Amino acid sequence: MNHRPITEDDLHAYVDRVLEPERQAEVAAYLGDHPDVAKRVTAFADQRDLLRAALAPIAEEPLPPKLNLARIIENRARRPSVARWAMAAMLLLSIGGLGGWAVRGAWQPSPSGLVALAQEATASYKVYAPDRIRPVEVRASDSGQLVQWVSDRLRRPVKVPDLTTSGYRLMGGRLVATEHGPAAMFMYDDDHGSRIVVLTRPMSSADQNAPMTPQSQGDVGGFAWADDGVGYSLVGHAAPEFLRPIANEVRKQARTI
Amino acid sequence: MKDMLLQVEPLIPALRRYARALVRNRATADDLVQDCLERAVRRWHQYREGEVRAWLFAILHNLAVDQFRRVAARGRHVAIDATSEDNFGEAAVQEHRLMYKDVLSKLARLPEDQRAVLLLVAVEDLSYADAAKVLNIPVGTVMSRLSRARERLQQEIEGTVDNTPSNVVPIRSEK
Repeated sequence: MNHRPITEDDLHAYVDRVLEPERQAEVAAYLGDHPDVAKRVTAFADQRDLLRAALAPIAEEPLPPKLNLARIIENRARRPSVARWAMAAMLLLSIGGLGGWAVRGAWQPSPSGLVALAQEATASYKVYAPDRIRPVEVRASDSGQLVQWVSDRLRRPVKVPDLTTSGYRLMGGRLVATEHGPAAMFMYDDDHGSRIVVLTRPMSSADQNAPMTPQSQGDVGGFAWADDGVGYSLVGHAAPEFLRPIANEVRKQARTI
Repeated sequence: MKDMLLQVEPLIPALRRYARALVRNRATADDLVQDCLERAVRRWHQYREGEVRAWLFAILHNLAVDQFRRVAARGRHVAIDATSEDNFGEAAVQEHRLMYKDVLSKLARLPEDQRAVLLLVAVEDLSYADAAKVLNIPVGTVMSRLSRARERLQQEIEGTVDNTPSNVVPIRSEK
């Protein structure tokens, strides 16, 4: 058996129990022959045990409300409207008597407003952006037909944003189904083939007008906003600081319909 | 965000423990953890792969360091012995409490960078590589700080502490 010399790092790794079993045995054998070192190592191991025991109760304490992660996430999703969150909380308190089912429903609401819109955009992005065969139903070359079609279905004039100044070319679009009715999806790509999606539809009652809000789900993210009852969401596989100016451009163009 | 909830929520108790052991004040520590969680929610899309624990501890640690800097900049001296037992766990059996309180007040006397390494490795079970990522230092530096932390804590426990500033005690040179 070759005996690599025992290092100070080995002693700590021995205390922290992260050595390979073979090395662990070598260190143990070494400590058997060197009582002074063994005394130090035992003291370190005792420290470790004592610290863990002394700090363990902190991790057992019940979490205070402000560390409720579900609520932090919820607040984040609704951040522009603290007042609305407060209203929801009051409503929740007032219906508290309705029982567990109602409370559970209130805590995990079926999303509406911008959150729902961003989820729809993300879902469309995830389904259509990786599609190499037919990511769009009507290609950019037929954009007149595309505009006519989605405007008819959304019952309002829809304009396709032109994002060439941001480096994105229109690939085309399609109508997508959402819980809140039909939505128009437009897809763009840049010179590297990376794609982004803009989704727009009339808003139901929630968020008729809402400021631009960052939204993300996993590694797909972007922004959502609503102007005069029409919601927009732009999503892609890119950092928010990269997508924000593009979203601003979409909003600017949409306002000049 | 559901995957985030599933992955992050179970780690909150450990984040609290680390924060409290580091800043030694319940309210300040929980504020830091709250900031950490909010930041994690905002940045979840940036989290790619690897240990989610190391990612979260890194966010928390950086917030704690900012906090230390702010306190230092305000010139407010946080008394080392300000560790009241209230700031630590309450569930400990009475006879152990004194012993626990004692070791924690000794831990509090270590320099902050040594304390951080010792807590991450010995209490939070981060690998040396993950601790290095959290603290943004090479693994070799983690090992030298760990070694100094353990020697120093042992001196405190044995009551043989040398009051020379720790940065001139060459137990092992820092890489």
